[in-house]
Amino acid sequence: MRLQTVSIFVDDQQRAVDFYTGPLGFTVAADVPLGEHRWLTVVDPQKPDGTQLCLEPKAHPAVPPFTSALAADGIPYLVLGVDDVAAEHERLQAAGVVFTQPPLEMGPVITAVLDDTVGNLVQLAQFTG
Amino acid sequence: MDVYQALADSTRRLLLDELSQRDEQTLFELCSRLAVHHAVTSTRQAVSQHLAALESVGLVRSERRGRHKFHSIDTTPLAAITDRWPLPEDVR
Repeated sequence: MRLQTVSIFVDDQQRAVDFYTGPLGFTVAADVPLGEHRWLTVVDPQKPDGTQLCLEPKAHPAVPPFTSALAADGIPYLVLGVDDVAAEHERLQAAGVVFTQPPLEMGPVITAVLDDTVGNLVQLAQFTG
Repeated sequence: MDVYQALADSTRRLLLDELSQRDEQTLFELCSRLAVHHAVTSTRQAVSQHLAALESVGLVRSERRGRHKFHSIDTTPLAAITDRWPLPEDVR
């Protein structure tokens, strides 16, 4: 058994794919039209057979209150591993990405938290321990 | 609640310590700092209530910016303490 696809809920699928393939550097793995929405996944270009991230529309009424409550309190919904949080923070900020938490040493990990522009916070994590 | 009651709780004092390290923190960052720097693992709800207590006496200000809420320290209410019991001339 392997971890095939995980989903995050996004305000707008097109803006989501623009952000995840733009500044974050993922590539589209699947883009299948399904009526009003799309089955839309992205993947790490270094690991095309790796776990896909599905950019799921917020179609269910339970989702917007859930995601907005997490965003208000600064709670990330997704963790992305990086080699150098400080360098990514600098690069992404220069590209206009908004961070709710700059790089912070937390024991064996350095983290930072950014806004994905479509309703979620994403934590960058560099494991140093 | 007054400023003395607000300061009487150790978790609330730690929150002020962490906010004096860096202003404009989310609830998530404050909870992380309490856990990692102080081994305080109160629930987010409890920390949120402590922040509300600090906010009610003006020691913390919160600001909503876009989708997110950020907390800052405001030490102005602490003047009530030295107004009541003034510091000696040669201190500070």
